[in-house]
Amino acid sequence: MTALVTSAIPRLARGVRLRHDEARGQWVLLAPERVLNPDPVAVEILKKVDGVRSIDIIIDELASAFTVDRERVATDVDAFLAGLKEKGIVTLAAVTVGDAAS
Amino acid sequence: MNVVAQPLAQPLARPAPPAPYGMLAELTHRCPLQCPYCSNPVDLDRRTVELDTQTWLRVFSEAAKLGVLQVHLSGGEPTARRDLESMIRHCVEVGLYTNLITAGVGVTPERLAAISDAGVDHVQLSFQGASVEVTDKVSNFRGAHERKLAVAREVRRLGLPLTINSVVHRANIHQIPDFIQLALELGAGRIEIAHSQYYGWALRNRGALMPTRDQVFWALDVVEEARARLKGQLTIDAVVPDYYAKYPKPCMNGWGRQSLNVTPSGKVLPCHAAETIPGLDFWNVREHGLSDIWLNAPSFNAFRGTDWMPDLCKSCERKEKDWGGCRCQAMAIAGDAAATDPACHKSPLHAHLLALAEADAAGGEVAYDYRRYVVPDRAN
Repeated sequence: MTALVTSAIPRLARGVRLRHDEARGQWVLLAPERVLNPDPVAVEILKKVDGVRSIDIIIDELASAFTVDRERVATDVDAFLAGLKEKGIVTLAAVTVGDAAS
Repeated sequence: MNVVAQPLAQPLARPAPPAPYGMLAELTHRCPLQCPYCSNPVDLDRRTVELDTQTWLRVFSEAAKLGVLQVHLSGGEPTARRDLESMIRHCVEVGLYTNLITAGVGVTPERLAAISDAGVDHVQLSFQGASVEVTDKVSNFRGAHERKLAVAREVRRLGLPLTINSVVHRANIHQIPDFIQLALELGAGRIEIAHSQYYGWALRNRGALMPTRDQVFWALDVVEEARARLKGQLTIDAVVPDYYAKYPKPCMNGWGRQSLNVTPSGKVLPCHAAETIPGLDFWNVREHGLSDIWLNAPSFNAFRGTDWMPDLCKSCERKEKDWGGCRCQAMAIAGDAAATDPACHKSPLHAHLLALAEADAAGGEVAYDYRRYVVPDRAN
């Protein structure tokens, strides 16, 4: 079911910002005319979506930080980012064209 | 013991309201367009009474501290303010998400680039029609449509997310499919199909603007179909036409509940049209901090929550869904801002509201009373 090429580098689309909302003590994802409240797992993923780290690196870092099985993290991250990509909240930049397996 | 009994008899202090999410900053009422449904008040602020840059910057800082997350930089035409870029930069610095709401007339590519560089997050561009003829007629500005197309393309070229905003009424409601097509062609990620709301200028022009019931229901079907078809490609948000509705709109998602509105001269309002309600005391940012206004201004507390409601609303299971509908509409139609919104089918004035709409819709060709500065009649 892996939909995304994991060597790709995700970044938040222009017009989308992740920030900590001090007044309400929560993280929010700000988008055109929308305020989204990501759950704690989503926040940990989103914090690493910086336009530098690849999906592979994000998975590695989360798996080691939370000592969770890498396969499980990979499934969650993939599903989450694929959903955000479909909504236009995240864009993906391919690094190595040769990696684009189907 | 009367002295003691008096305070004890008063209700307990209400809990502090939650922080607002959004702030509409009406930077100026100046605008090259003259749309007959403009949401600005009939008595427009002139340039001489506009807040200066420093005051706006302070207001933005206070808004961020209060908990506001998104600022909508609007007008009038916000680009008429030469200090717009410095305001955007300041908003970015204090963590506010900035949404520029522009008519896109008189905005050069250089200006757009400067606005983009300042860090604006999103641009919302109005289209009064989906064709040259309709846009130019409704806005009363020849050449407006072509200029808007150019601005839309420039916004996308700069990589900024774009929303197309179209206010619909009798002269353009048939163009809804064309508006959606236009949004797709221009690469917008979002379109607002906003049925004209009848306050201020639009109330003056209701006879020229009101569509028929059949047109409105056709429009709702078109939007629903397009929404399903374009899921994932184009977000379609609709502002519903409430004269033909069964339930009232949850106006502002509740009075003084999620957002506030600062006028060019610094008055802070719970909504665009709040000044149409006589007797409300609006505090000004020149004299009060924004947090003080949000928490304590009598105008914000007047219709906050559900305590103010008439029994008809208070006993309704939808009271925290509709929030009693719209106070300004209750004022305009029932002559009482604390009445049930006549758009609600439970209101004794519901049939009256529908009759007003049907009579206006049958009115045929009516000339627009275009938005403009009107000299107040002081002669009496």
